[in-house]
Amino acid sequence: MKAALVLFPGTNRETDMADALRRAGADVVTAWHRDPELPAADLVVLPGGFSHGDYLRCGAMAARAPVMAAVVRSAERGVPVLGVCNGFQILIEAGLLPGALLKNAGLQFVCRTVHLRLERRCRLSGHLEAGDIIRVPVAHGDGNYFADRDLAARLEDEDRVVFRYVPDGRGDGNPNGSTGDIAGIINQAGNVLGMMPHPEDATGPRQQSRDALPFFEGIVDSLS
Amino acid sequence: MKARVHVTLKDGVLDPQGKAIHRALETLGFAGVRDARQGKVIDLELDGADESDARQQVDRMCRQLLANTVIEDYTIEFV
Repeated sequence: MKAALVLFPGTNRETDMADALRRAGADVVTAWHRDPELPAADLVVLPGGFSHGDYLRCGAMAARAPVMAAVVRSAERGVPVLGVCNGFQILIEAGLLPGALLKNAGLQFVCRTVHLRLERRCRLSGHLEAGDIIRVPVAHGDGNYFADRDLAARLEDEDRVVFRYVPDGRGDGNPNGSTGDIAGIINQAGNVLGMMPHPEDATGPRQQSRDALPFFEGIVDSLS
Repeated sequence: MKARVHVTLKDGVLDPQGKAIHRALETLGFAGVRDARQGKVIDLELDGADESDARQQVDRMCRQLLANTVIEDYTIEFV
């Protein structure tokens, strides 16, 4: 099974993402933002970082890069696409996922472990089960998921909230003010998942948890 | 020709930067500020002389890149 990482100037989590995918058994190839096509792959991943310095809006420049036309075509063909953190912001700016990501409600960059609950199984939930709670780090300044009332209702009705922030042992939950404690959503077709937290950083040694390893292992298994 | 695009957050979208500015103004002793909202200004230098053509073009720029119309409004003025 082959995963293609899409890189932009300012992407900085690609090594962590590649490590997590390889731990789960994937082969990893990369694409650069100016590439007109993606390498053949079973999974497309947009890792985190600060593409183009977050100029204008987070992900705005990257979403208009040549490679994104290829990402959109792949998504429309049904290829699974995962966007994490800045990758989520890029997927939203590219119109593959709805809503917007605003500056954190508390204005501060938040860097800590959060508790995430898998709300529903989907093509991109790996071996996690609905209701499972995993400990995963967040590291972002603009992760406040905004959905107006209509969109928020639609996401809930269509069961498209995949991950939600839940309180940890100290009662700390939603780190950024996101609507409905939403941490990750999937598109209507069920093959494009975007999430703010970093599951790739909860898969191996010297990380605070390995709770997200079954997430990657399940995704890789299902595509192998 | 110069166009100036103002991009502002829609009403109802939380603006924590505006709130921080508001609080700082109060700290400085400026009373009577009811609210503060922060936006962006983008100046464009354009070829051509026809303002209505230019307005259409800048409008497309706003929709495709300069503003995120999910959360932002924009206005275009020629200066």
